[in-house]
Amino acid sequence: MSLIDSVSFPRSFRLPRLDGLIQWIVPLAIIAIWQVASVTGFVPTRVLPAPSDVMLAGWKLLLSGELVRNIWVSFWRASIGFLIGGSIGFAFGLANGLSQLSSKLTDTTLQMVRNVPHLALIPLVILWFGIDESAKLFLVALGVFFPIYLNTLHGIRTVDPQLIEMGRIYGMSDGELFRRVIFPGALPSIFVGIRFALGIMWLTLIVAETIAASSGLGYMAMQAREFMLIDVVVLSILIYALLGKLADSASRVLERLMLSWHPAFQKR
Amino acid sequence: MQTALRTSLPETELASRANFAPHARVLREERPAQTSGLPLSIRALRKSYGDNEVLRGIDLHIPAGQFVAIVGKSGCGKSTLLRLIAGLEKFDAGSISLGDAVKPEDIRVMFQEPRLLPWARVLSNVEVGLGRDRSSSDAHTRAEKALTEVGLTDKRDQWPSVLSGGQKQRVALARALVSRPRVLAFDEPLGALDALTRISMQRLLERVWRDQGFTAILVTHDVAEAVALADRVLVIEEGRIAHDVVVNTARPRERGSAELAGLEGSILSHLLSADDRT
Ligand SMILES: Nc1ncnc2c1ncn2[C@@H]1O[C@H](COP(=O)(O)OP(=O)(O)O)[C@@H](O)[C@H]1O
Ligand SMILES: [Mg+2]
Repeated sequence: MSLIDSVSFPRSFRLPRLDGLIQWIVPLAIIAIWQVASVTGFVPTRVLPAPSDVMLAGWKLLLSGELVRNIWVSFWRASIGFLIGGSIGFAFGLANGLSQLSSKLTDTTLQMVRNVPHLALIPLVILWFGIDESAKLFLVALGVFFPIYLNTLHGIRTVDPQLIEMGRIYGMSDGELFRRVIFPGALPSIFVGIRFALGIMWLTLIVAETIAASSGLGYMAMQAREFMLIDVVVLSILIYALLGKLADSASRVLERLMLSWHPAFQKR
Repeated sequence: MQTALRTSLPETELASRANFAPHARVLREERPAQTSGLPLSIRALRKSYGDNEVLRGIDLHIPAGQFVAIVGKSGCGKSTLLRLIAGLEKFDAGSISLGDAVKPEDIRVMFQEPRLLPWARVLSNVEVGLGRDRSSSDAHTRAEKALTEVGLTDKRDQWPSVLSGGQKQRVALARALVSRPRVLAFDEPLGALDALTRISMQRLLERVWRDQGFTAILVTHDVAEAVALADRVLVIEEGRIAHDVVVNTARPRERGSAELAGLEGSILSHLLSADDRT
């Protein structure tokens, strides 16, 4: 899981100065090879435009303001959908982790709904909401809900019972027990859920915007396909990748800050 | 020096014998100067888990400030007795009384696992021990003082994960001590430590007990540890106190002395003979 793959190597294995740069060597090499392959005609530009063409297309769209507008729309949809689905998932995770009654009442139902792939609901969602904003928000929220719900629930249920007993012995009230023992104990698992949810968030949004939207990155890509603007199509895909990476990095930074006590995050 | 070894004596008789012993005066001097400890009286205490009758009538009086060790085979109910005394579980019959009005902060328990909060620094972990006084203005100073008592002042801002097993247990001890408890119950607190760390922890336990004068109840599977630390060793068998052994050896005690070794041997043979019978 995420906690394990971020365990760092001992110092001696590192090239200190290249540390931050080393991860960019492979992507840059791929772009260089790609450029060469396009220029020499090895890869026809109808199949895959040269990186320079993609950048040029990006520059034009940037000047026209279209790029920023579409990125903003997609970003806004992703964030709002994530916030809605994430909060509801977190709330259910808390409730079902802390209360037997709540768990008995809703957990089985939620586990059943989980087995429906949320993207399979697209036709239904279009019937309900049309290609309105709410359709995209609904799908993103639904996709994000489950990883957050499941991991919050799992995190709370697996908090060391000995620590909870300790908290009770030392006279913690329910609120204090939650704040000082249960929530911090569940946090590593909650972060695993957040990272999963971010992946699902982008995936859902791409699909939803491609099928049913009149703005956003996915819509931009579909429009470009209709006019055979392959450079814009590739540009959209690359921007999705960048935004995904950005979201993942942000969650890692947050994780590092909040879980600085965790042995996996301690720098020596 | 002579030691008193009696089998299943009523506690009162035992106490009076101790008073007639020639070195009773010495014993009293070894006791903490001002006893903040609470006396503990247990009468006909019973506890079952389902069909499993764990405690079948425990009668016990512990005078204020005494250091009592409890030994017995694994599964004989030592932890259960301790948990009942600490109020962590309900008993089926009998009574436990702890002297005058007891606050929750007056009784503290230390377990084999340190049970520190991994996400709290050492000092905040100690502050947890203040109970309801956690948010008072002198919480920091009191926690720091408790850390000094266990010799870990320099670790106050560390995460528990960087401490050794012995250091973690010392933080747990500081957390238990910070509220100035009047009864301190230990459930095999040194069971997971290596031999050398154990010995230094035993010294530390004895020292804080002498400094603070709480009533100490130590459950241990190590009979040598029991005779080295305790005023009195109780052997539990079949849900009852089968032997009540007074250790009159003066403190500081010399580890491995013939006197302690003899006592240890006789307690061990009790335990083993019980084993043969079953
Ligand atoms: N919460 C519990 N539920 C059921 N049985 C228990 C529980 N706690 C202890 N027991 C049983 O009570 C007996 C005594 O346990 P314990 O007091 O932990 O022994 P020990 O002397 O090793 O500390 C054991 O047989 C154990 O299985
Ligand atoms: Mg035990």
